[in-house]
Amino acid sequence: MRMRTVEISVGAFMLAGMLALVAMAVKVSGLSLKSGGETYELHAYFDNTGALKPRSKISMSGVTIGKVKEIELDKNTYMAKVVMDINRHIDNIPVDSTAAIVTAGLLGEQYISISIGGDEAYLRSGDRFEDTQSALILEELIGKFLLGTVNKGE
Amino acid sequence: MMNSASSCEENRTDNFIEIRGLTFYRGARAIFNNIDLDIPRGKVVGIMGPSGTGKTTLLRLIGRQLRPDQGSILIDGQDLSSLSRDQLFVLRRKMGMLFQSGALFTDLSVFENVAFPLRIHTQLSESMIRDIVLMKLHAVGLRGAWSLMPSELSGGMSRRVALARAIALDPEMVMYDEPFVGQDPIAMGVLVELIRKLNQALGITSIIVSHDLHETASIADLLYLIADGDVIGSGTPEEMLSSNDERVRQFMQGLPDGPVPFQYPADDYQDDLLAKRHTGSGGIQ
Amino acid sequence: MKFDVLDRLAQLGQFGLGHIQSLGRSGIFLFLAIFSRAGFSGRGSLLIQQLYNVGVLSLIIVTVSGLFIGMVLGLQGYSILVRYGSEGAVGQLVALSLVRELGPVVTALLFAGRAGSALTAEIGLMKTTEQLSSMEMIGVDPLKRIIAPRFWAGVISLPLLTAIFNLVGILGGVMVGVDWLGIYEGSFWTGMQQSVDFVHDVGNGMVKSLVFGIVVTWIAVFQGYDAIPTSEGISRATTRTVVYASLAVLGLDFILTAVMFGEL
Repeated sequence: MRMRTVEISVGAFMLAGMLALVAMAVKVSGLSLKSGGETYELHAYFDNTGALKPRSKISMSGVTIGKVKEIELDKNTYMAKVVMDINRHIDNIPVDSTAAIVTAGLLGEQYISISIGGDEAYLRSGDRFEDTQSALILEELIGKFLLGTVNKGE
Repeated sequence: MMNSASSCEENRTDNFIEIRGLTFYRGARAIFNNIDLDIPRGKVVGIMGPSGTGKTTLLRLIGRQLRPDQGSILIDGQDLSSLSRDQLFVLRRKMGMLFQSGALFTDLSVFENVAFPLRIHTQLSESMIRDIVLMKLHAVGLRGAWSLMPSELSGGMSRRVALARAIALDPEMVMYDEPFVGQDPIAMGVLVELIRKLNQALGITSIIVSHDLHETASIADLLYLIADGDVIGSGTPEEMLSSNDERVRQFMQGLPDGPVPFQYPADDYQDDLLAKRHTGSGGIQ
Repeated sequence: MKFDVLDRLAQLGQFGLGHIQSLGRSGIFLFLAIFSRAGFSGRGSLLIQQLYNVGVLSLIIVTVSGLFIGMVLGLQGYSILVRYGSEGAVGQLVALSLVRELGPVVTALLFAGRAGSALTAEIGLMKTTEQLSSMEMIGVDPLKRIIAPRFWAGVISLPLLTAIFNLVGILGGVMVGVDWLGIYEGSFWTGMQQSVDFVHDVGNGMVKSLVFGIVVTWIAVFQGYDAIPTSEGISRATTRTVVYASLAVLGLDFILTAVMFGEL
């Protein structure tokens, strides 16, 4: 009888531990079971990726449609190559769309925003965005602004 | 070839245990210094000596929980040092040991404690195990206590349960480590009676390590007296009591001072007292 | 004077050798406990009993501590982040600090205090009362029968306890942040979900707690087995368990963090 209560409580304990792990997966890390394999890769080259990081989001019209998989330097072109995972069901991104690195608010995190082009052909897995806009570097912007003012003064 | 086999056979009938040239060090201190000892088959042998002479260590050497630095121990004709781990466990089934504290498994009931060696070493059915356990418990007079936990037993009872566990596998030899320490006279009498009965009825060779003179002398066929790492006397209780050896006499008659000094080895008394004054004043602060 | 220095050096050498020797002994001990042949029945029920002693009995202290630590994190995070108007990031703060660091480390420390010391004392007392010796004389290896189930129970329990600690802690953060301080629930959860990656954060946290489970239980059972069989010896061994296990957890945490999260 004692052994039985011990067994039941151990079973409950192990179940609770595993449920906690599942809860963390779903509720805390937002892991959804669907998103696993159902993505395809798109590439884009930028002059400067700023503070973009792996796992930054990719949005279209403000809706998240994927995330950055990896960022690496292309040794031949000296440009940053960004690999993106896009949800499989967003399969109609026109080939002349623009990928831009933008900032959420003035100091917020950076993400890639995609503006839709007008072409009839769609990007396939492994294709690249031809048209990109690099991250705005605040310091450069201020520098340009100051320079512009000085020039005007002359 | 034939000869050695027959002499081996002869050994088997004579002595259950033969210890030759046993030397054992603990640190730099020699617990045993080249001792010889025979335990005859089917006899009750008492190993006696002042506290701290390594009597328990001897039992652990026989049970191979410790390894000697030199010398050999033959048990039932088998040399302990030549045994593999598996052979050792087979040999240990022939030995039961009653530990000083009883050493019952505190997380198991009395019944399960006695059943433990049976479950480990035999494939007996549950009903067989039940019968054997109740038989053994009956032999020590505690059949009615089978459902208790060790914490509910008195000291004497737990030692009896431990004895039932030690004889569960019908060993050929039982070693008793200080069985009489801390027992009231009644419990002591019960234990003496049990050891005698087990020896006479089942022919179990018994080794009793003890410094309780009267109880041990009353049941032992043979006594060994150990002191200072050596066997200083051996013989039947009567022989020992009438021994002329001063050291034997001191122990057997319980004299406070003699060859075994009352004082632990120390520097000269007067020197020590005077020296204390110097070092003591600094030490206390 | 010269001899004095040599003496000191020799002492230091002895000291070092002694520690290396005890490390070696504990390593052999662990190896034997895990890998030597089993050879008796009823292993399952032994393990379950130990899971109960080690895991279930640690549940209360772990959940209560988790709840309070989550609540404190929520409160502190709010009071700082609200100045920058980004109190929505409280969820992210609570979840990340719990899942990556506080969960595994604090649970392991509590575990060392609650279960580790109990294991050491129990095994040490078994040694003192000659239960281990008598088991050996009956022909059962105490490493298998006593040590192995306790070791595995510890290794299994700690990650589960950590998962429960994390979840309860996050719920505590939600309670303080959302229910009491009025952070908008949507931004709380989405902020959390966007910053916490299952494999990278939750997974690595679990790996940490698995490592801690192995180390803490190993220290606990070895200290018990190696204890000097007197009351003083057991009390020292118990103290050593808690001290060594805590130091090992904190030191290993730094190393593991450097390896896992170092490049970010």
